[in-house]
Amino acid sequence: MGGGVSQATVIEAKNLDLTFQTNDGPVHALKDVNLQINKGDFVSFIGPSGCGKTTFLRTIAALETPTSGTLTVNGMSAEEARKNRAYGYVFQAAGLYPWRTIAGNIKLPLEIMGFDKAEQNQRVERVLELVDLAGFGNKYPWQLSGGMQQRASIARALAFDADILLMDEPFGALDEIVRDHLNEQLLKLWDRTNKTIGFVTHSIPEAVYLSTKIVVMSPRPGRITDVIESTLPRERPLEIRDSAEFIEIAHRVRDGLRAGHDDNA
Amino acid sequence: MRSIIPILTVVAAIFAIWFVGSFFMNKQWTLDQAERAGTTLSFSEVLADTMTQERPKLPTPIQVFDELWETTGAKVLDGKAMSKRSLIYHGWITLSSTLVGFVIGTLAGILLAVGIVHNKAMDMSVMPWAIASQTIPILAIAPMIVVVMNSIGVQGLLPKAIIAAYLSFFPVVVGMVKGLRSPNAMQLDLMKTYNAGQFETFWKLRLPSSMPFLFTSLKVGIAASLVGAIVAELSSSPLAGFGGRMLSGSYYGQTIQIWSALFAAAIVAACLVGIVGVIQQLTLKKMGMAQ
Repeated sequence: MGGGVSQATVIEAKNLDLTFQTNDGPVHALKDVNLQINKGDFVSFIGPSGCGKTTFLRTIAALETPTSGTLTVNGMSAEEARKNRAYGYVFQAAGLYPWRTIAGNIKLPLEIMGFDKAEQNQRVERVLELVDLAGFGNKYPWQLSGGMQQRASIARALAFDADILLMDEPFGALDEIVRDHLNEQLLKLWDRTNKTIGFVTHSIPEAVYLSTKIVVMSPRPGRITDVIESTLPRERPLEIRDSAEFIEIAHRVRDGLRAGHDDNA
Repeated sequence: MRSIIPILTVVAAIFAIWFVGSFFMNKQWTLDQAERAGTTLSFSEVLADTMTQERPKLPTPIQVFDELWETTGAKVLDGKAMSKRSLIYHGWITLSSTLVGFVIGTLAGILLAVGIVHNKAMDMSVMPWAIASQTIPILAIAPMIVVVMNSIGVQGLLPKAIIAAYLSFFPVVVGMVKGLRSPNAMQLDLMKTYNAGQFETFWKLRLPSSMPFLFTSLKVGIAASLVGAIVAELSSSPLAGFGGRMLSGSYYGQTIQIWSALFAAAIVAACLVGIVGVIQQLTLKKMGMAQ
């Protein structure tokens, strides 16, 4: 559970509310969300579609603005944190530029943030190695498989050394086998870099396998129904998914999801 | 290569219809001449005459391509490629105002599109005017532009280039507005997470994304530019260029000259569009965006 990492709070939401004004009237996307994420946590957000898990992640990234409540990231407002480039964001699709090589794509944030050329190249080498894509820098996106493209997009989010990594269903579009492999790699990467990770998913095994903290959410209005602290060790081989402990946590997540569902029925 | 047979079939059909048309349209003149001379002609004599008249209503393809050769290739062999009776000379006049107008129109179109995408006021105000500008008949506004520019001492190539630009900027505006807006919400959000400014978003995302749209517009724009240059030549003096050739041909009933200028213009247009197409393919392939 978090290993020997310091327990400094990185992200804190208090009474967070967010209502979208749409043509069909207001949509209550987040209601009274309270959550504390500590440094080095791997937090998964799980719930059915419309539960606000992606919206909450986007709010942390200051891509959405809460209607009320407070949200601090690294001790400042989400907007300030975004301007300070506090996080790397990985979207559902890799979204690599077809006109840039893999190295060129990873350099994109570095160019915008004004790193010098030598530093850029050095960082590209380092993150390509981190996501196991060393030697693919000169390839174009279309020459890579979907899984490799998503790894390249993770490398792009890691390149500027933000302490927080926000991932919005990054492996949702990939097949089961690739997904398992990437989950394993992501855990290794998390262990090596000691980043704080926010991870949106709708897969229970994925959430349980990856997380130190699982946030169960339910829709209409989007809210947190349960926060589960994982008791699994930091070191997690894929086989851990057959252990009694794993299955028990998965059960609790499923119960949480069902309870949220029954509330609405 | 597989498409060559259908293309040749269509070309052969067009020529066949054209020959038949020439025969029927020119036949009356031949018969009138014969009647005045008090002779009667056999069918083969009528047919031969309709194919070789000096000022036919509808010249045959052979006459048109003969004239094309006489005023281009043959002039080159004579070393008189740039004489006033050479279509190469006139073609160059049209081509130069077309290209200058195309460059002006493209730059203006891109600048307007950049403004429209980045500025709400321009978005609301410029587009309706751009559309309105294209509803004005070019044939009506071209002489006015020539006269106005002449009165402020601008003559020669520039007024014609401006009329060419007037027609070619529009497709570029429309295409580039669409192209600069083509990045999806996710791509724009990604730039936002880097705290990228408008300039960086434009330079690194919007502009590269717009390239396929730009080239499609350029193909339309360069053909429109040629049309603009020819229309401009109809109202400028001295009579020169493809437009001048067509006009002087119609003054003197030189139908063959009109048709050969028309064909030369079509060939030039096809070449220009083809060149833009090749540049498009090379660029998009290099950018990994080829369809």
